Amino acid sequence: MSSIPHDHAAGHGVDHEHAHHPGGIMRWITTTNHKDIGTLYLWFSFIMFLVGGVMALAIRAELFQPGLQLVEPEFFNQLNTVHGLVMIFGAIMPAAVGFANWQVPLMIGAPDMAFARMNNWSFWLLPFAAVLLLSSFIVPGGAASAGWTLYPPLSVQTGMGMDLTIFAVHIMGASSIMGSINIITTILNMRAPGMTMMKMPLFVWTWLITAYLLIAVMPVLAGAVTMLLTDRHFGTSFFNAAGGGDPVLFQHIFWFFGHPEVYIMILPSFGIVSTIIPAFARKPLFGYASMVYATGSIAILSFLVWAHHMFTVGMPAAGQVFFMYVTMLIAVPTAVKVFNWVATMWKGSMTFETPMLFAIGFIFMFTVGGFTGLVLSLVPVDIVLHDTYYVVAHFHYVLVAGSLFAFFGGIYYWLPKWSGRMYDETLGKWHFWTSFVFFNITFFPMHFLGLAGMPRRVPDYATQFTDWNEVASIGAFGFGLSQLIFLYAVLKAIRSGPPAPARPWEGSDTLDIRDPAAGELKRIYLKRNERLMMEHATRRERPVPAQRGANMRTALILLSIAVVLFGGVIAAGYSGGSTAGIGVLGFAIIGFLLVAILRNVRR
Amino acid sequence: MSDARPDDPRKANRTLLLKLGVVVIVMFGFGFLLVPFYDQICKLTGLRDIDNPDRLENSQIDRARTVRLEFDANLRKLPWTFRPLAAVVSVHPGEMAQVVYEVENRTERPMTGQAIPSYGPQSAAEYFKKLDCFCFAKQSFGPHERRQMPVVFVVDPKLPRDINTISLSYTFFEVEGN
Repeated sequence: MSSIPHDHAAGHGVDHEHAHHPGGIMRWITTTNHKDIGTLYLWFSFIMFLVGGVMALAIRAELFQPGLQLVEPEFFNQLNTVHGLVMIFGAIMPAAVGFANWQVPLMIGAPDMAFARMNNWSFWLLPFAAVLLLSSFIVPGGAASAGWTLYPPLSVQTGMGMDLTIFAVHIMGASSIMGSINIITTILNMRAPGMTMMKMPLFVWTWLITAYLLIAVMPVLAGAVTMLLTDRHFGTSFFNAAGGGDPVLFQHIFWFFGHPEVYIMILPSFGIVSTIIPAFARKPLFGYASMVYATGSIAILSFLVWAHHMFTVGMPAAGQVFFMYVTMLIAVPTAVKVFNWVATMWKGSMTFETPMLFAIGFIFMFTVGGFTGLVLSLVPVDIVLHDTYYVVAHFHYVLVAGSLFAFFGGIYYWLPKWSGRMYDETLGKWHFWTSFVFFNITFFPMHFLGLAGMPRRVPDYATQFTDWNEVASIGAFGFGLSQLIFLYAVLKAIRSGPPAPARPWEGSDTLDIRDPAAGELKRIYLKRNERLMMEHATRRERPVPAQRGANMRTALILLSIAVVLFGGVIAAGYSGGSTAGIGVLGFAIIGFLLVAILRNVRR
Repeated sequence: MSDARPDDPRKANRTLLLKLGVVVIVMFGFGFLLVPFYDQICKLTGLRDIDNPDRLENSQIDRARTVRLEFDANLRKLPWTFRPLAAVVSVHPGEMAQVVYEVENRTERPMTGQAIPSYGPQSAAEYFKKLDCFCFAKQSFGPHERRQMPVVFVVDPKLPRDINTISLSYTFFEVEGN
């Protein structure tokens, strides 16, 4: 087990100056440094955010006018489906993991993530999954078009784009699970002495709970899509009504994953907002313990509400009433959080730099999304509004103005620490206000459209919906273009921003910002493991070349697997999506995951 | 969760990795466990009893009302013919009636299919009592076999006043691997 002399878990922080770092692209492919990997995650998610955003703009362009103008209805459905999958699995979730990679070790005084090599793998799985997902656009039949929820019977009957999507979901799921195990282990085992659980920054707490949710539900999703796959190709009938299965069963399994998933996407944002608000209100977070318990209860309740996504499938009234009340119950811990954020600002010495603007924008618009969620929790109302634009408005308020705004705030907040350079405050403010205004222009009218009965996921609509659709489309393009300000602001800060002070925000008091105290705690942690350090020191001669070799091996294996994987895609495509072709691809991916697991269990 | 940490963090990390790995595997299994669990729930609550004959408690015929019944037949990727002999029938609620569907397998090989009923309006479903139906079982056909199959039914007199027309649509799906 300890055949590799250089131990990352405990040793990485000891010598930040690895004498012979590989340079250029190899640095990023072979890196095991939590900060590098955090950066990779964040850039990856930003690229996916732009990809998914372009799809959204194509959707909005088509919906600018009633009738069919720009895209075929089939392609419209594919855009809808892949937009959802890309934004959820490609943008929001990896961005959250990126924040965790950067911040969790710094905030708890750990030298690095617990399994540094596994960390590298959980990131590098993602580009493969993304290419697999996006390459489904060019296979016969096009990409998956059953909606991001992949409901059968449609998902059992469509072309091989669905198979690629299923495999992409498998890989992204494996990546999330590995990332989560890493985060949990880091938080539970590698805190600096004196940092008890109830002293951890709230961002760490929210990520700990998120990671537990992830390892509980991602395998269930993997199971659900595996059942889809066997229904499609191997003659099982889990969801095939003709063979005795039931499509509604898929909805139950999917939403058992899907509802905790929405909290997976929002809890890290809660953590970021809980970090930013005290810093700019110059007051400690109000009700820390209640925040922790509220997060925990949201997580537990999230397992008991899944069927509120499917009130219209024909479940008995008793079931509807149960799921309705439990759903409404979630509003209580969520309201505790909103109350605490507002109470933190109460009588604080507030200033409104960009991170704070995003955090306050988050509170406003997340609360709007929360209220529309409460409206949708009512069974009689939901039956009317099910699958209308009201639902689209609801979840974009909590996901875009919720999760995404918190992430923007987090980037501006920590960028001075990450890059050592300050961003341009004027650009940041422009980014916030344009995003804020255009977001509301895009999504607020969707409430009206939904209440008036416009169904979602349809490329055409009745003419009375035209006005608000035009407004929404204009807003969407404005929102999309605003994100270029963000890209420019970040690039400008990294390249030519003025050097940031060691403590860029005077009000912040978490370890990561309160340098050099963070370094101090890290040293205490390492001293405690002196024995290990000694062991490490005696092996000083060997590690560098061995390490280099190991990293090169990682890169080689990645490369060869990429070849096998895309050979598989091409073989599957060439055979027209036949069972044999899909089988080849399936084996390639299983091999991919097995290698990933085996390589990491050793350490 | 206390602050006490074992001496060797690598060992502790690996132990936790294994424990969490077990959670992952158990949850993967749990996803599949939801399948029999769901079946049991449906059996207990009678939610999915679509392939059992219905029972009718009240056989009083309501001659004052006439309900128009429309029959529809669809095939899902099956090279068969499938049609009702009478597309529209009028019945009194409470009156027993029968319609006949004709199916022909137009291929050279034996095939098995299952018909799934669907109602319009949806709310009429619970008042349409099927006493016998070819949709209760899988139907096998030899090459070029043609067969007529009945649906025996009663429209429940409790049918709401505002429903005057019920459409019953069957779709035949192929059951593979038979």
